[in-house]
Amino acid sequence: MAGIPSRHRSVVLLAGVIILQVVLLAVQIKRDSQGRLLRVWTVGAFSPFERAGAKGIGNIRGTWSHYFALQNTSRENEQLRHENDELKMQVNQLRSKAAEADRLSALLNFRQGQRNVPMLAARVIGTSADTASQTVYLDRGERDGIRRNMGVITPDGVVGKVIESYRDTAQVLLLTDKDSGVGAMLAESRIQSPVGGTGEPLLSMKYIPTDDTVNVGEHVVTSGMDRIFPRDLPVGVVTEIKTGRPFQHVRVRPAANLQRLEEVIVLLTLHPLEQKKEAPPPAPDATGKSVSGTAAVNP
Amino acid sequence: MMNDAFDLRLAESHIEVHKFRSGAIVASTFLALVLQAFVPVYFPKFAVLDLPLLVVIYFGLSRRNPSTGLLLGMMIGLLQDSLSGPTVPLGLYGIAKTIIGYLASSIGARLDTEHPAARFALTMMFFVAHQGIITLTRRLLLSEPEPWFTLRLAIAAAVNAVVAVVLFTLLDRLRKS
Repeated sequence: MAGIPSRHRSVVLLAGVIILQVVLLAVQIKRDSQGRLLRVWTVGAFSPFERAGAKGIGNIRGTWSHYFALQNTSRENEQLRHENDELKMQVNQLRSKAAEADRLSALLNFRQGQRNVPMLAARVIGTSADTASQTVYLDRGERDGIRRNMGVITPDGVVGKVIESYRDTAQVLLLTDKDSGVGAMLAESRIQSPVGGTGEPLLSMKYIPTDDTVNVGEHVVTSGMDRIFPRDLPVGVVTEIKTGRPFQHVRVRPAANLQRLEEVIVLLTLHPLEQKKEAPPPAPDATGKSVSGTAAVNP
Repeated sequence: MMNDAFDLRLAESHIEVHKFRSGAIVASTFLALVLQAFVPVYFPKFAVLDLPLLVVIYFGLSRRNPSTGLLLGMMIGLLQDSLSGPTVPLGLYGIAKTIIGYLASSIGARLDTEHPAARFALTMMFFVAHQGIITLTRRLLLSEPEPWFTLRLAIAAAVNAVVAVVLFTLLDRLRKS
């Protein structure tokens, strides 16, 4: 920098710094997406504060709701009792419907089929610092048995999968991320197709042939073909269909509320989850490649 | 030429270079990154703000030294990259914030940027430029067809500019009198 006029030094420095970062970007693009040391250090430095912040907010919320926000409790109690009576009547009506019986039966089958899958509840303590990337951080990590590629769900449906696991923290790629995907099928017609993120709130069901019939409002569930999620977990509901060649453009609203996640369940297994007896035909997986019957997630 | 240079120096002579209390820049940066990471968990709409960018703009405009501005922008950008998901390679926000840090401190050295209206307009301009650089980098280096302009970007720029006017007034209190 000694031979450079002082008024041009900052421009030279700017050019140098940008070139360095462009090289850094280029190196990463060629590499496999392994966890980098800088990420590990940065996450390690920031996660305690995020954890403390999450805990602090939880405590403030708890203190407020348990000690201060009790002014209208009596009135609310009366209202809730009234609502409870109404809900009881609705539940009785719903129980009498055959369609509901079918869904409950399917749910029961799923639970019985996945009794051996160990699960772990985790709290969401942070989100991506970038709006284009749909990831969240959990307060559990390697020490709790969480590993890369483990599935993450809520009682409502699929959330995503673990992409990095640190000592006390894990990073989860949400289903809405552009790089995310899950093996899925339509609940009624059993047509299989991967569902992927678009970077927007709605998901995309990519490979439904134009000849197949899809209805708005139809439920989408996991197919189990990605060997990460068990079969028949809710993925979402079809909200929009556009014709196209050779595939229809089907948009799906996620079943889980991915915009407001606070607690999730991690499926603590990397072994292929057991399939039901009937063998479905080979279909494209979440990345669009064909999945064979023996393919498995990395152990 | 001599007269022009003399006039320019005279025009700039009233622009003060502000110094800050020790640790103010580090603490502000750290707080901005932590808030950016964990507040959207509870308030998803908070994600429309880019607090690290506002910190880069503020200290760039106040310090008025292009070298310091671009290095601060680079540091904050790389930290933001590190805290982002795998779809954000290290350097994406680094490059954008380096350029914004440089531009902010260069403009800060030539204009009086203390008035709220100037801060509002500059923040809007820098926010759009920042997103433009990110889109350009994504298109050129990552081959990702990002849109250049959306309504969401315009709204986000306006929201960030409004927040910047308030935030910058608070950050002014960290200056050494």
